[in-house]
Amino acid sequence: MSVEQQIRQRDAANSGTGVQIRERRLGSITGFVGTAGELVQIARAGELAERERSFTQAGTCSSFCATLQLSLIQDAVVINHAPAGCAGDFPMFNLYNRYGQGKRNLARQNARLLTTNLNEQDTIFGATHKLVDAIHKAFRAFQPKAIFVTASCTSGIIGEDLESVIEEAEQELGIPIASVNCEGFRSQIWATGWDAAYNSILRKIVRPPLQRQLDTINIITFIGDDYFSELLQPIGLKPNLVVPFTGVKQLERLSEAGATAHMCSTLGTFLAAGLEREYGVPEVKSPPPYGLDSTDRWLREVANLTGKGAQVEPFIAAERAAIAPQLEIHRQRFAGRKAFVAAGPSHGHSSMEVLQDLGFDLVGSCMFHHDARLDHGDPTGDSLQAATRHTPGLSYGVCNKQAFELVNLLRRIQPDLVVVRHPSLALSIAKLGIPAVFVDDEHIALGYRGLLRYAHKLANWLANPALERTLARTTKLPYTHWWLNQPPFSMLGEPR
Amino acid sequence: MSATVGQPRQFCTLGGQQSVVAIERAIPIVHGGPGCSGKIFGGLSFFNGFQGSGYAGGNAVPGTNGCERDIIFGGEQRLREVIDGALKVMDGDLFVVLTGCTADLVGDDTATVVSEYRERGVPIVHASTGGFKGYNHLGHELVVKAIIEQLLKPAKAINPKLVNVWSVVPYQDTFWAGNLKAIRELLEGIGLEANILFGHDSGGIGAWKRIPEAASNLVLSPWVGLSIAEVLHQRFGTPVLHYPVLPIGAVETTRFLRTVAEFAQLPFQPVEDFILKREGNFYHFLDRAADFFMEMRWDLPGRFINISDSIYALGVSRFLVNELSLHPAQQVVTDEPPEEHRETIRRNFAELKERVSAEVIFSNDSDTIGRQLRKTGYDLPPLIIGSSWDRDLAREMGGFHLSIAMPVMDRLVLDRSYVGYEGGLRLIEDIYASVLGTY
Amino acid sequence: MSTILQHPRHLCALGGQQSVVAIPRAIPILHAGPGCGFKLHTGLGSYNGFQGGCYSGGAALVGTNVGEKEIVFGGEQRLREVIDGALKVMDGDLYVVLSGCATDLVGDDIENVVTQYRRQGAPIVYAATGGFRGSNLHGHETIVNAIVDQLLTPQEKISGLVNVWSTVPYYDPFWAGNLTAIQDLLAGLGLRTNLLFGPDSDGIDSWRRVPAAELNLVVSSWTGLSTAKLLNERYGTPWLHWPTLPIGGKETSRFLRAVTEAAHVDGQATQAFLDRQEKRYHYYFERAADFFLEFRWDLPSHYVTVTDAFYGTGISRLLSGEFGLLPLRHFVTDQPPLEQHEAIQQQFAVLSSELNAPLTFTADGDQITAELREHPDSAPLILGSAWERDIAAELSACHLSIASPMMDRLVASGSYFGYNGALRLIEDIYSMILSAVQ
Repeated sequence: MSVEQQIRQRDAANSGTGVQIRERRLGSITGFVGTAGELVQIARAGELAERERSFTQAGTCSSFCATLQLSLIQDAVVINHAPAGCAGDFPMFNLYNRYGQGKRNLARQNARLLTTNLNEQDTIFGATHKLVDAIHKAFRAFQPKAIFVTASCTSGIIGEDLESVIEEAEQELGIPIASVNCEGFRSQIWATGWDAAYNSILRKIVRPPLQRQLDTINIITFIGDDYFSELLQPIGLKPNLVVPFTGVKQLERLSEAGATAHMCSTLGTFLAAGLEREYGVPEVKSPPPYGLDSTDRWLREVANLTGKGAQVEPFIAAERAAIAPQLEIHRQRFAGRKAFVAAGPSHGHSSMEVLQDLGFDLVGSCMFHHDARLDHGDPTGDSLQAATRHTPGLSYGVCNKQAFELVNLLRRIQPDLVVVRHPSLALSIAKLGIPAVFVDDEHIALGYRGLLRYAHKLANWLANPALERTLARTTKLPYTHWWLNQPPFSMLGEPR
Repeated sequence: MSATVGQPRQFCTLGGQQSVVAIERAIPIVHGGPGCSGKIFGGLSFFNGFQGSGYAGGNAVPGTNGCERDIIFGGEQRLREVIDGALKVMDGDLFVVLTGCTADLVGDDTATVVSEYRERGVPIVHASTGGFKGYNHLGHELVVKAIIEQLLKPAKAINPKLVNVWSVVPYQDTFWAGNLKAIRELLEGIGLEANILFGHDSGGIGAWKRIPEAASNLVLSPWVGLSIAEVLHQRFGTPVLHYPVLPIGAVETTRFLRTVAEFAQLPFQPVEDFILKREGNFYHFLDRAADFFMEMRWDLPGRFINISDSIYALGVSRFLVNELSLHPAQQVVTDEPPEEHRETIRRNFAELKERVSAEVIFSNDSDTIGRQLRKTGYDLPPLIIGSSWDRDLAREMGGFHLSIAMPVMDRLVLDRSYVGYEGGLRLIEDIYASVLGTY
Repeated sequence: MSTILQHPRHLCALGGQQSVVAIPRAIPILHAGPGCGFKLHTGLGSYNGFQGGCYSGGAALVGTNVGEKEIVFGGEQRLREVIDGALKVMDGDLYVVLSGCATDLVGDDIENVVTQYRRQGAPIVYAATGGFRGSNLHGHETIVNAIVDQLLTPQEKISGLVNVWSTVPYYDPFWAGNLTAIQDLLAGLGLRTNLLFGPDSDGIDSWRRVPAAELNLVVSSWTGLSTAKLLNERYGTPWLHWPTLPIGGKETSRFLRAVTEAAHVDGQATQAFLDRQEKRYHYYFERAADFFLEFRWDLPSHYVTVTDAFYGTGISRLLSGEFGLLPLRHFVTDQPPLEQHEAIQQQFAVLSSELNAPLTFTADGDQITAELREHPDSAPLILGSAWERDIAAELSACHLSIASPMMDRLVASGSYFGYNGALRLIEDIYSMILSAVQ
């Protein structure tokens, strides 16, 4: 049986419960070099092919992404059916949890995370008994409203039957328990983890609507502060930020909203499409509201879907006018400064729009993967095209977070600023002496006022790059001279 | 038995990756799934005192990022690709291939692949660290043994002053860098040369190659490192000194230095002179702080509870009892020592000081620990020295809290150390900073 | 002109008593009212890093506890009684008689009394430290100069010996650790330090050795300058004044190079030492960089210093010069003499023209609070005394106590001096921030 067939077989076995990986579902890839325009065209034509690297540095897996979303549901528990190392991200999630609770005036308490701590014996004899124990332990300790059981490479390879355990436990405990098929090796696109988590929520948590809340907009996001209210309240709508810091009851009612929108369409594609497909909650397909043009478009679509057309135009006009003088000052301040974005799509595309609106000269971008399409399949959602509508010739790469490629590339380009997402990359860039702004609060730059907020943040960061200069002077990057003299993407193979 | 754990205080065998990161100019190569290395970095390094990437850690770690195809068809070819690339792209003196769950479960013959390179003269070793094999303490030992067994050769001559130090586990011990430096300074102070092997200025692969030249192996911890010393004893005949208590403060550090001096047959006077000077400084400040201990008007902590690895639980207990006259409540050891070492650990807790002993429970699960500790009442606020997971428990018990055990999410740690004379003073300052900060 | 002080940050000239306590085996004898010694001990010692009384401070302080009788009839006889007793009861090598407000105001001729004892061979000196004369920093200087003037005699020069005059003991809660740090750093240059205070000092022997030094190193904002000038007049010893805290990679190396030159040390040996230290320091700098670059939540981009000029300038150079932070405001709280103000302003301004922040000389908490309230949305990092906790809370700012009075920390041998000191400060600042929001 070919690899293809084997994978299809495993997918079919999972299809009752699991989500299909992005490589297959959305034609996603991790390797590309060219221009933004080329990538848009090839993807649109359905001809996007993967390019693999011979040498790679460590990536990120679906398990991390899935657990990030689920661990912040305040009254649920996550059980990682895995050896202890997969829980390496638990402390991080706990910090996110406690910080976020503080900001939202919730009682500070540790995140509810367990690992079944699989050992050698378990890999030989199986460990479903441990999972049963863990579920009972979790229920006793926390009285959760739901339990999520995340799979791991090990649980997948040894063939643990999560569903049987879960079925029995659900009957006994009377709460929804969902498996999450986020085994690391399944996908090179770690965003598949978001899909796996949301799939579990759709399957087990979301209920048919009791009553429609037409002026509520689901916003699928991470843990940023609420700046969406700024955009929605003036037109009579309110945001329902999900999934972090929600409760199970709140998630049950996702089906009642007037629409679902994205902070990042790469993040929420599966969930939004699922809500539309199963409950008729329309999905806002325009790219997220970052940058003037995209914010206009997004607001208009939201208004259209919720009957707020009359309010939206005056609001757009007033906001644009209100920020115009300050924006001009910032544009002059940043004029001529070269910027580069290294992030995931589509949020990275949003960053590109913002930087361009602030007057930066965008000299290139490298995103960590590319989805050829989103689950809704509608080309109006193409955030890359939106961000480069005036600059299709922009140098563009897809680099799967490979630091050795980024360092090589940026060393040649020497931008004045790199906006970077994903842990541990900012340091590599800073060691080149290049100011690197880490994207922490994803919401800070959104909308009209966000442009000014973000400009302020960037100005502060650029005012005194002593940290980067000291690093460049006193540290060494771990790459050979040989590598730094090669073309940055020379380890990338041919399209498959 | 590895039970389910809530709020983990250690990670899997692959955590040995961080021990490689701690060796100067060493490059780990992870043959496993795509997320392992990043998770280990997050848990052991970043969200644990915000220890940074280091030279070749964090996102720089080469890895095979195993996918479905590697599971079905095996990943040896992929591993060769990545090793080839690493040798060209990464500027390192030592390469250590570590396997994750996926490679070990599907049976990739990583050892053979790696030995092919080694036979061609590449300084590369392999450690089989599939996560399900155990905790990262084991991973640390596996990595060390791999380097010893696959790279080291017998020495031409023994250096009578050289001692290899096997103590704290890099990154797992949030304060490892400062601690190893402090240990080196202490040993140098009495006339020895310490081969600390990890951390800044530790000598990289050159230092590792000198291991067989040492006159002794010092295992300065309750149990981690004993099997390493055993291997070295078998291979190179090097004698072992096992000192199970991490020396914090004057009483223990003096006892430690005299023990080492006797073992190494050092001349008496220079050692005593060194000890006297350091003790003098320590007790000057202890004396200075004594006003505070005697006269602080509000609730100072009564009993103390450690919730940490055996090395800290024991070392801190000895210190608090012997220097600050605090009294122990129950102690919790979280690093799951193998059964054969537990009796020694229990005995050490029973003999903290004449007529002062502590009960110890072995658990790494927060739920179990919490339930056990809540059984006791405390008339004065207890002092809990544990990990950041334990902040809520301390608050609930009306006590004070200081994070020193992994994960330390609420402190930035650089080269701070609690080892030695100076380390004892630092611990006093930090404990009472956290007490005073609550007012 | 000394204004009303709300939440004062320094005490009176008699506070110099703590400088005597800081000299090993020196015994202060207070010729003052009954409450002075204790108040100064609690304000400069106990509730300022919980620095205890050690050998001769706190409850061991010797004092005449003058009352109505001494005010009306004079206290010289009382003083003689107490000195007699002290010489018999207190096991010391040096006795320092200090006057308080009361005894200075009523005109006791303490100098005469003390001189008589000294003529009989007692190692005893006197300093006029009536509280109204100035701050405890002035008191410190007065005492130091008194010992120099009354006790020292010419000595043969010792090659490579450097006297160190640094921050005021006890007033700077980190004074002791700082001195050890200076000693270690200068040892790295091959120099031998003569410390006058702290556990590494030899007490009166170190003081007697002062004229033998080849260099006086004044590592402080302004205290110690008068001493260096006095020593230059008397013994011809040159001095080097370094007015900013050497903290971090850049500043510590700059400091050590200056010392190398002033002490005529071999430049190459120094460079080798500096290289090793800098390499180690930058290892940890790099390690911290991940955190600075990628911590997700609001780390402050701006900072405020409410300290003396020595710490304020040093810390600014570290935070702005190496870590990229931006200064919001500076307050200099140790009331330096007016003639120092311009130099201090220049020391703060050295970073770059874009990085200047307003500088106010004041020790009044009311003024400090009012000026900080001009930045309601700034949420800066505030490095000051424990008095600043409230305004920090009001501004949602992060706060760390590093200056007197420090009621919220216990300080033993901690120090922010040098390469290691920077690492310690960075750990303390950011651990405080991390802990506060979890």
